[in-house]
Amino acid sequence: MKITQGLIMAVKSVLSNKLRTILSMLGILIGVATVIALVAMGKASSNEVASQVSTLGSPDSLSVTIMGRGTVTSLSVDEALQLGELSNVSGVAPITSTNGYAKYGRTQVSVTVEGITPEYEEVKDFSVQDGRYIAAPDINNKTKVALIGTQTAQDLFEDERVDPADAVGRKITINGYIFTIVGLLESKGDSLTGSNDEKILIPISTAQKIFQVSGVTTINMKVTDTKLMSSVVSSVEAKLYEKFRGNENAYRVLNQEEAMKTLNSVNETMNRQLIYVAAISLIVGGIGIMNIMLVSVTERTREIGIRKSLGAKKRDILFQFLVEAVVISGLGGMLGIIIGNIASYIIGEVMKTPTEVPMNTMLLSFGFSAFVGVVFGYLPANKAASLRPVDALRHD
Amino acid sequence: MTGQSALIEMKDIVKYYKMAGEKMTVLHNISLTVNHGDFLAIVGPSGSGKSTLMNIIGCLDVPNEGSYKLDGMEIRGQSDNRLTEMRNKKIGFIFQGYHLLPRLTALENCELPLIYRGLSAKERRARAMEALERVGLGERVGHRQNELSGGQQQRVAIARALATNPPLLLADEPTGALDSKTGMEVLGMMEELNRAGQTIVLITHDMEVAQRARRTVIIRDGVLSEQKRRDSHEDYAGPHNGGQERLIEQA
Repeated sequence: MKITQGLIMAVKSVLSNKLRTILSMLGILIGVATVIALVAMGKASSNEVASQVSTLGSPDSLSVTIMGRGTVTSLSVDEALQLGELSNVSGVAPITSTNGYAKYGRTQVSVTVEGITPEYEEVKDFSVQDGRYIAAPDINNKTKVALIGTQTAQDLFEDERVDPADAVGRKITINGYIFTIVGLLESKGDSLTGSNDEKILIPISTAQKIFQVSGVTTINMKVTDTKLMSSVVSSVEAKLYEKFRGNENAYRVLNQEEAMKTLNSVNETMNRQLIYVAAISLIVGGIGIMNIMLVSVTERTREIGIRKSLGAKKRDILFQFLVEAVVISGLGGMLGIIIGNIASYIIGEVMKTPTEVPMNTMLLSFGFSAFVGVVFGYLPANKAASLRPVDALRHD
Repeated sequence: MTGQSALIEMKDIVKYYKMAGEKMTVLHNISLTVNHGDFLAIVGPSGSGKSTLMNIIGCLDVPNEGSYKLDGMEIRGQSDNRLTEMRNKKIGFIFQGYHLLPRLTALENCELPLIYRGLSAKERRARAMEALERVGLGERVGHRQNELSGGQQQRVAIARALATNPPLLLADEPTGALDSKTGMEVLGMMEELNRAGQTIVLITHDMEVAQRARRTVIIRDGVLSEQKRRDSHEDYAGPHNGGQERLIEQA
């Protein structure tokens, strides 16, 4: 018997009992649709993570956070700047971050106040849209000048009937000290570490003086070459290890790649587990097909006998029933892919993140469902093929 | 093969089943020769072993002892696949219950043995059509089983058996499920086929049906005996008792 003839026969037979076919393919259909939807959801959340992580800074930047634990709790500005002497480091921007109150007229807002050095502009890639940046003389003289974020400017000036764009040159008070706004920061939106536009930047020396802090809270660094990131990270870690006398909990070194890895690994673990669960439903679907096929073999015992008496060989019968199982599971897989794609589109709309179903996922789940058909179709097909024609013909 | 060469050559065929450890012999040393062009009826009551004999002749079953040559080829000891091939090439089956596949049309049913022979769709169609026309069903090729009368169904079955041009037509109670008029028509068709050179072996319990054959053998309790052509029923009834009354009645 020719293969195409076998396929035609199997498809005809599968289509001749539509309700049963649909019911038996349901397990595979749901399984495949679930896998597709979950993969799409996983892709969506990893896209989300990637876009959030990218707001942390460019791939060539890394940050050191001083946790303030252990015997040595802080790092001075000078010590922080020494990190810039390490090889392959192109810039260091130490920051002291505190919460303060800014006031203009009768409006008062709570805001993050960061003490910075002029390197902040280059290292954080964060410039002003109006006015000037904090310069070296500001640091040396501990001048009371400030850069203001767009959101903070709006919060502070809007109720006072002042256009936030006209912020430069105005005087505000921060924790009671009068500061002159010399620059309006560009708008950067939100990032994982909070809003970039809700903050005030002042010279680091001024911050240390008015908030009475000695150390830095964060050090942002830039490396000359992204490829050298890991070597820079390890030399920074070695230096900090020495400074904090071996207390690794006192600091944390983070770069974009690392952050992405951490967040994605959580994401991936969860996704993988969900997909395993969905894959189990594919196996359950396969058992459903096996069940139906076994019933079908019993029902069609006489047909098998007739076919055998007319010249169907063992392999012809085996092939016929195997193909029927594969057609059912393959059809289920195909419909599952379609429904999974629809689900993925809906998920994308609801989560407001573009979802995507990779082509190889679709091919893989189709292949797997066909494979399930072969595996679970084999037992019934073999049962059919092994029937003796004499017995099969006698069957009612 | 000439008209007088043997198509079926059986020698000392023994068939037994083991049931609960006990050997139950169904066929005792059966020897039978059927020449090309013969029309043989095998008659016997139920339980006589005629179905087992038919299964062996039809290569659906194999004997335990003895030799069976079909068209010169020894059947005993052949693999299942080889037996299947023999069925497909050498034998056309006509069953009592027609055994058509209900989901297929008359034409598709006739194509079935040709599919397993691996013929192209075009050739299959042509040969199936030709066979259906031979049995006078050229107009009903697209009908399914439930749209055909019993006689028509049996004619489709005959067409299916003829489609492969087999040397042997093996009919198992071909009139069993038909009323007597339709049964006679089917038998008439078989006589006609035989006149055209077709070798036919007919298995029946009905003496009247068997009379239509050119030659009759009787099987009882697994033993075969030849009946002379157009002999009285005495010979058929034989010296043994049991079962013959019913056969005579039916005859």
